[in-house]
This record gives sequence, C-alpha cells and structure tokens, in this order.
Amino acid sequence: MMQFVWVLHKDLFVEWRARSRIVGLATYALVMLLIFAFAVGTDTTALQQHAGAYLWLAVLSASTLLLVQSFQQETEAGALDGLLLLPVNPVALFYGKAVANLVLLTLLAAVALGSSFFLYDLHLRGSLVLLCLNVVLGTAGLAAPGTLYAALTARAPAQQLLLPLLLLPLVVPPVLAVVKVTDLLLVGDPMNQLSSWLAVLASFDLVYWSLTGVLFARLVEE
Amino acid sequence: MKWDHALLLSGAVIMAVGHCMGLFATPPEAYMGETGRILYLHAPTAWAAMLAYLLAFLAAIGALWTGRLAWDATVESSIELGVLLSVMLLFQGSIWAKPTWGIWWTWDARLTSTAIMLVAFIGVLVLRSVVHQPARRMVVTAVATIASFVNVPVVYFSVKWWSSIHQLPSDTGSVDTIMALPLAVSAFGTAFLTVGFIGSRRRLAWKRLSREDAAPDLPELPPPLDLEVG
Amino acid sequence: MEPMVVHTSGLCRRFGGRWALSRLDLDIQAGEKFLIMGENGGGKTTLLSVLATVIPRSRGSLSLFGMEPERHLTRIRQKIAFLAHLPSLYEDLSAAENLGILFRLMGASNPGSSLLEQVGLDDRPDPVRSYSAGMRKRLSFARVLAQRPDLALLDEPFGQLDPEGFNLVELLVEQLASRGCTVVMASHLVDRASRICDRALLIQKGLPRWQGPAASASRAWGLLYGHEVPRAREQAP
Repeated sequence: MMQFVWVLHKDLFVEWRARSRIVGLATYALVMLLIFAFAVGTDTTALQQHAGAYLWLAVLSASTLLLVQSFQQETEAGALDGLLLLPVNPVALFYGKAVANLVLLTLLAAVALGSSFFLYDLHLRGSLVLLCLNVVLGTAGLAAPGTLYAALTARAPAQQLLLPLLLLPLVVPPVLAVVKVTDLLLVGDPMNQLSSWLAVLASFDLVYWSLTGVLFARLVEE
Repeated sequence: MKWDHALLLSGAVIMAVGHCMGLFATPPEAYMGETGRILYLHAPTAWAAMLAYLLAFLAAIGALWTGRLAWDATVESSIELGVLLSVMLLFQGSIWAKPTWGIWWTWDARLTSTAIMLVAFIGVLVLRSVVHQPARRMVVTAVATIASFVNVPVVYFSVKWWSSIHQLPSDTGSVDTIMALPLAVSAFGTAFLTVGFIGSRRRLAWKRLSREDAAPDLPELPPPLDLEVG
Repeated sequence: MEPMVVHTSGLCRRFGGRWALSRLDLDIQAGEKFLIMGENGGGKTTLLSVLATVIPRSRGSLSLFGMEPERHLTRIRQKIAFLAHLPSLYEDLSAAENLGILFRLMGASNPGSSLLEQVGLDDRPDPVRSYSAGMRKRLSFARVLAQRPDLALLDEPFGQLDPEGFNLVELLVEQLASRGCTVVMASHLVDRASRICDRALLIQKGLPRWQGPAASASRAWGLLYGHEVPRAREQAP
C-alpha cells in the first residue's frame, strides 16, 4: 500500500519536473478545440450542440500522446526494470501509475472543458458537481486501459501509432457515456437519462480498473 | 486424414446441404422476400466469428496461464479467422441492408460493435507483427486479446443504449420453424469449416513458432585452459 | 552450513536460436569478490542478468542464497543490487531526487547527501538529463550502495569512467565487501578488475573456459587470446 502511494508520488513528481510537457499537451487540446470550430464553421448553435463530442475528442487525442510520453520516462533509461528489481510490487506499480495518469488526464480535461465554455459560449444546465464527477469518471475510463496499453506497446516500434490503434476501440464505451453525460448537462436532460449514463460510466470504470491491474502484473513479469 | 481436413470436408458438405435447403426448400421470407435468404449465410457467419474470437480468448488465457507457445499458435490462428469472418460479416450485412433498408450502413448496435471488434483485433494482429521476441509476443498478444474480447459485450450494450435514442434497432424478428432447420445445418457447417481452418492455420503457426524458438544443440564444453602448460 | 550466495549447475540461456550462455557451473561464497571476464558479446551481461533475476534461465539450476528464483523472487530481489548498462534513472530528476525515490520505495530512511558525496555528485542539483555518461555511472553506483545489498552485480563498473572514477570504483567495491556484501563484476578490463577480485571466470562465446584465482586471470586471458590483456588506458606506456 505504501508502495502505491510512493509510486503515485514519484510519477506526479516526475511529471511536475517536466511540467512544460503538460502545458504543451493542454495547448494541443486547445488547438484541437479551435480546429473543430473552424471545421464546423461559425455556426455557434451547431458547436454548442456537439460541444461534448468535440471536447472529448480533443481530450482523447491529447491523452494518447500523454500516455505514450509518461511511459517513456520509465523505459528510456531502464527505470522500470530498476523498480521491478527493487522489488516494487507490480500491482502497486500499476495502480500508482494509473492514478497518476488519471490526475494528469483530469487536469487536461478540466483545462479543455474550461476553455470550451469560453470558446463555444456554453451554458451549464445541469449541476457543476455532476459535471466534475463526469470528468473524473470519464478520464478514469481512459487512464486504466491507457496505462496498460502504454506498457503493452512500450518496447514496440511505432508506439505512437500502436497505442491509439489498440486503445481507441477499447475505450468506445466510456467515450460514448462521457460525451452523452456532458451533452445532457449542457443542453438539458428532458428524459432523465443522466443518472443511468453516469452509472454506466462508473460500472465500465470498475470493470476496467480491476481487469487491467491483473493483466499488467502478468505483462511486466515477462 | 488429419482432423482439421476431416472437419473442413464435412463442414463444406454440411454447409452446401444447408444452403441448398435455404435456397430451394424454404419459402421466401415473409417481409424481406428473396433477399431474406441471406440469413442462412449471415447468421452462421456471425456465430462462427464469435466462436473464433471465443477460441482466441480461451487460448489467450491458456497462454498466460501456462506460458506455452502452443497456445500462442491457437491465439494467432483464431484471431486471423475471426478477422476474416468479421470482414465477411460486414460485407454481407451491407449487401443485405442496401435493398432492405436502402442504406449500406446504420448505427445499429450489432453492426457497430462488430466493426469495433474488427478494428480491435486487427490492432492485436498489428501489435503481434512488431514484437519479435517469441515469449514477449505471446504475453503481449494474450493481454491485448483478453482485453479486446472482454470489451465486446460492453461495446455492444453501450452502443445499443446509445443508438436506441436515435432509432429503434431493427430486429430480424423470430425465426419460423421451417427456416430453423436450414439455418441450423448451415450454422454447423460454417462452424465445422471455421474450426477446421483454425486447425490448419494453427499447424502452420505452430511450425513457424517452434522453428523460431527451436533450441539448437548445446555447444560442447571445450577443455579447460591449463595455465601450467602455457 | 551457510548456503552459497550463487550456485549454478549447467546454467544455460538461449536467445532465439543462439546459446548466449551454456553449461556453466559456478559457486560463489559469501563475501567473495568475483570477476567475470570475456570479450564483447561473450555472455558476461547475459550471465549477470540471469543472476540478477532480470531474465530467466533456459536450462540448468540456479539458486541464490540457497533459494530458487521461481519460488522466492521477492526475497531474493530484496538482497540483490544490479548495476546494469542502462542507469535505471529518471532523466528529469536530479541525483538526490532519484535516490530519494529509491529510499521511499524501499521503505528506508534517506541518509541525506553522504552517499552523493561518496560518489562525488553532491554539488549537482540539476536534472540527470544534463549529466555526462560517467556521472550517470557514478549515480548508478550510489544507487547500488543505497540498496545495501548482500549481493552486488556490477556490469562493466569501470565503463565510461575517468581514471579518478576507476579509483572510486575500487574504493566502493572495498566498502561493499567490508559490509559483507558479495560482489560479482563483469569487465573486460581484466588487469584493473583482477587486482580487486579474489576469483575469476573466463567465458568465451557463452562457454566457461577457465576458473581460478584472480591473480592468474591475466595469464588465462593471454593464453586464450594469445596476447596480453588489454590494459586500462592510463597505465599504457
């Protein structure tokens, strides 16, 4: 348990030291939001209607970059092998890394969400607490499988291509749910679907977070 | 005769019988008419694809559990067959959908999740092709296969729920008893063919994997150096 | 009787269709300083990696501290420190921060900057990314010391170091040994390394060719390769 805390602490500390990378990624997400607006045109209503989709697409593509980079820290100088020989428990290692990625992704999503309110002239119709919960649950759906797949593709050539290729089909369900909930919170929820979609999202997270930990442990033993 | 050849042969015969029954012995389908006969091809293909992926999933668990390359050969062959069948499935679906619904593609849950499953497993095959160390490749493939397979029902239900708001998923309706027999016969034929193909493909994969991982004879131990003589 | 720190019999390791290491019988006692020598690609790193439990063996038996790696991996790893080719460091952190992480993950208290003083890195608060290869090596050494191992496996400890660094390695190996730590090092600087070791093993193409007192290591090398041992540069005439 202590190892989990220290792995998390270590990962966040390393990212803090390389914080210009996070700033770069957040800017990248922002650029994506702008590009979507250009692609759609100046029709603000259309932008507002599909804001959830644009927002999460921006976060999704920035997150694959983030996952690739955050795992490169571990492999470029053999740090991961060193950790396993210490020995650090692989399960603690996985959840430490996954939670660290969750924190970073949430930060990224928060920046993108904030700027989309500003750029797309959005108005929140649901509760702010639920919106925050939605962001955390949504990024959790990316963080756990993302960490596993970053480890899976870590030593492969063309990781930049392989990671999104494998990860995106896997995260279709949470992306569907998180976009849906965001839209419901932004344009209103006349049919009261919100809580059930949040429940769907939470149950995805539960399945992914438990399955990926076991698979990761088996993966790094090799 | 090898078991997979026997399966292939009997599968081909059974499937031919099933399709003859479906094409000539049964009346046209009530709503769709003659195009409805694609059912006898389409549904067995779908079941066979699921069977192939299920085999891949089970073999992946076996590979992680035992660490034996023989399981890896089964994973490889099953995924390839699954991918082939899913491609066929999507083509058949589109061929059927155009005259029936007037469109090639719809965001129906079954269709969409098949497409996602297909790209996921193509991704697994790509991943497999870039990892060269046999043991590592086996573990990496197995992990990705398990994750992708577990994802299939999750994608199905989420897409179903998601698309149900836009349009009601079209159901092919219940199957009349007169259609059930040819359907079952073709399904068994296709399943036999699939397993037969997996068996044949597996033998090839196993040959390649074991050649890749073949242990050459240990080199002979040379006599130790004698420092006194030197 | 205390078990051997390292005991192998018929140890082999295969990479694909090539035996990188074969038919190796080895016994190393507690407190010994053992040298593995051989040319590049001869199997030195493979042997150390197998001993460090980084990669599994293909055949033969291996026991470390009387324990099999299959059964007691965690307990064995707690006793071992491995100085590998890659420095196992975080490039964006400084030397002190890298060691801090190590101590926390081991659940040990951080002794402060004394370790870094020992390896001559106490005045470098900048990230490792800006260090030279030799400085990384020094930091890796600090890492090995920090783990307080019972068995230290050093792969090319003299690599990338300056003459002053050579002396430092000798000092640090002495220090490890004085704590009762067994040291196994792989090096092709036979002359340098054999002076600080007790016993030596010569491997060629993965096969053991000679085992004996380190004092005779240079002669064994000369006999096998028909010429004198490569000398450390600063001693060349």
